[in-house]
Amino acid sequence: MEERLWRILGWIVCGLVLAFLLLPLLVIVPMSFTSGNLLVFPLPGLSLRWYEEVLASPAWRDAAWNSLFIGVFATILALLVGVPAAIALAGPAFAGKRLVVALVLSPMIVPIVITAVAMFFFFVEVGLVGTYPGIILAHAVLGMPFVVITVTATLSTFDWNLMRAAASLGALPLMAFRRVMLPIIAPGVASGALFAFATSFDEIVVALFLGAPDQRTLPRQIFSGVREYVSPAIAAVATLLVLLAVLLLLTTEWLRHRARKLQAAPPQA
Amino acid sequence: MAYRLLLLGPLLASVLVLFVGPIGLFIYRAVDNAIIPRSLQRTVAALQPWDGMGLPPDAAFAALAADLQEIEPTRAAFLGRRLNAALPGFRSLVVKTANKLTSSDPAPARDLLVGIDRKWSEPAWWEVLKLESGRLTPFYLLASVDLVRKVDGSIEPVAPEQAIYRSTLWRTVVISLQVTLLCILLGYPTAMVLAHASPRLSGMLMLAVLLPFWASLLVRTTAWLMILQGNGPVNGLLQWLQFIQAPLEMVFNRFGLLTTMVHVQLPFMILPLFAVMRSIPREHYRAALSLGARPWYAFWKVWLPQTLPGVAAGSLICFIMSTGYYITPTLIGGPGDQMLSSLIAWQLNEVGNWGMASALSLILLLATLALCALLGRVMRTRNLFGV
Repeated sequence: MEERLWRILGWIVCGLVLAFLLLPLLVIVPMSFTSGNLLVFPLPGLSLRWYEEVLASPAWRDAAWNSLFIGVFATILALLVGVPAAIALAGPAFAGKRLVVALVLSPMIVPIVITAVAMFFFFVEVGLVGTYPGIILAHAVLGMPFVVITVTATLSTFDWNLMRAAASLGALPLMAFRRVMLPIIAPGVASGALFAFATSFDEIVVALFLGAPDQRTLPRQIFSGVREYVSPAIAAVATLLVLLAVLLLLTTEWLRHRARKLQAAPPQA
Repeated sequence: MAYRLLLLGPLLASVLVLFVGPIGLFIYRAVDNAIIPRSLQRTVAALQPWDGMGLPPDAAFAALAADLQEIEPTRAAFLGRRLNAALPGFRSLVVKTANKLTSSDPAPARDLLVGIDRKWSEPAWWEVLKLESGRLTPFYLLASVDLVRKVDGSIEPVAPEQAIYRSTLWRTVVISLQVTLLCILLGYPTAMVLAHASPRLSGMLMLAVLLPFWASLLVRTTAWLMILQGNGPVNGLLQWLQFIQAPLEMVFNRFGLLTTMVHVQLPFMILPLFAVMRSIPREHYRAALSLGARPWYAFWKVWLPQTLPGVAAGSLICFIMSTGYYITPTLIGGPGDQMLSSLIAWQLNEVGNWGMASALSLILLLATLALCALLGRVMRTRNLFGV
């Protein structure tokens, strides 16, 4: 009896907490459809005018384009350095591995303001402040740990005999990677890429310190908008971004299931 | 070996060049003092024999006049800014003196300097010059904990009206602790229920925990700003239900900040707790019950101790991440809720005191690294990388 009571109480708390986590993301959806000029509740009426305004506004369009551009290139760079490193880290242990792991994880750990300020001072010296390559490089460094972590995790169940088999059949390492390893670890690489992209897409502090007005990203545009006043246009943008988050979440979950399947039955080479 | 270096090389090179190196250079600014000995070479040498009592000897006046006469205007500005950090008013004193000194004036240096500004007849300005004459200085590090070094080498608390740093450090710790405790309080029962639900159900409910993860931090902060503001839905609902007459103040204060921060940090608490709880065999708890323990007692003695590693990991992650918050306090906190990161950015953007920004960053960085080392022990990251 007592046990039952606790169980019910537990479910109530759990339900409230999950509601607390989800509601803010859901409440902004109806708010973005307001027909009024202010975010007041209850809504004066429903309309799509704020979506029209956002989609027609050059400022928002440029910001979205900038975020996409920077995010894609930062992700590519993070993959190019992260995937090989993950392969080395998933292999046999070696001297100094702990130090390498600490270095790999450090961009995730150091408070973002410190990273942004330190990069700012360095990028001033090398002329990268206020340029696209500057922000792209910075975001690539921030996204790289996620690539290494997801790919290393995927490789932890990888059967290295497959690589030996490929080599014995005459495949060069690059060929063996492309034809044997990559297809198996592809879901891990893809979710690492999504993490890296989301990191760049959400990032604001580095963008604030390193970016010129030209490189105004979506988070920066929201930030400066919010500091003036919270217009329904921001609710509309936020709603679109929540939609994107749902998409990213479902994609990574799907990738996780795929990875599990691939590993349960490794393809017969 | 060469093969492994080839794989790791690009990553190590980019992390070292783009991340570790810049942070090292930035942190060095916390102790870097080269500007003073380099621009005031003769003055520093002439002040060497002075014991710091009263005014320095004539030779020091002559040396300072010679140094400031030759200094370039930009360098004078930098020197002035550096000295101004130690003693407000120094910037204008240096720039003014450097501007007015001319090489043709035959008067004794002491009269010349005091003639330009009476301040040169006060020992305080000379004490700063003597104290800050080294290549490295503890000045910023001491200042970041509201301490100051006197001319005789003793270390004392700064004047109360200048003591602004310790309170922000303390506030950062308090806010981070509040967030961590609230996350434990809300996250523990949630993770417990989810860990005991059927895998199918918990997988579905876990999506609710993971979704905020993927939504941008800015979107979440903005969402809370909209929800909690004076004419937002929460106030609207409370007024409609007649619970309150006038709207409650829920943003630009601690309540709004904590609500938003807990919302952002909660998944980081629930996930490690869930992982640990899932791995605890249910038989332990049932065995305790079958041996006659009341549910509460079995929970306290059998279940709870086994979940503590998860609590420790989740709390450390929450606390570490909370100490670094910048954007959320800026947008949704009040003036009394600004944290260490805001102070660093303020020193940099508004005050232009890079040494101070760097010293404050060093504190934050050291605290973060120490707590991460602890976290590494609790979580055994080795499981992932096998080290």
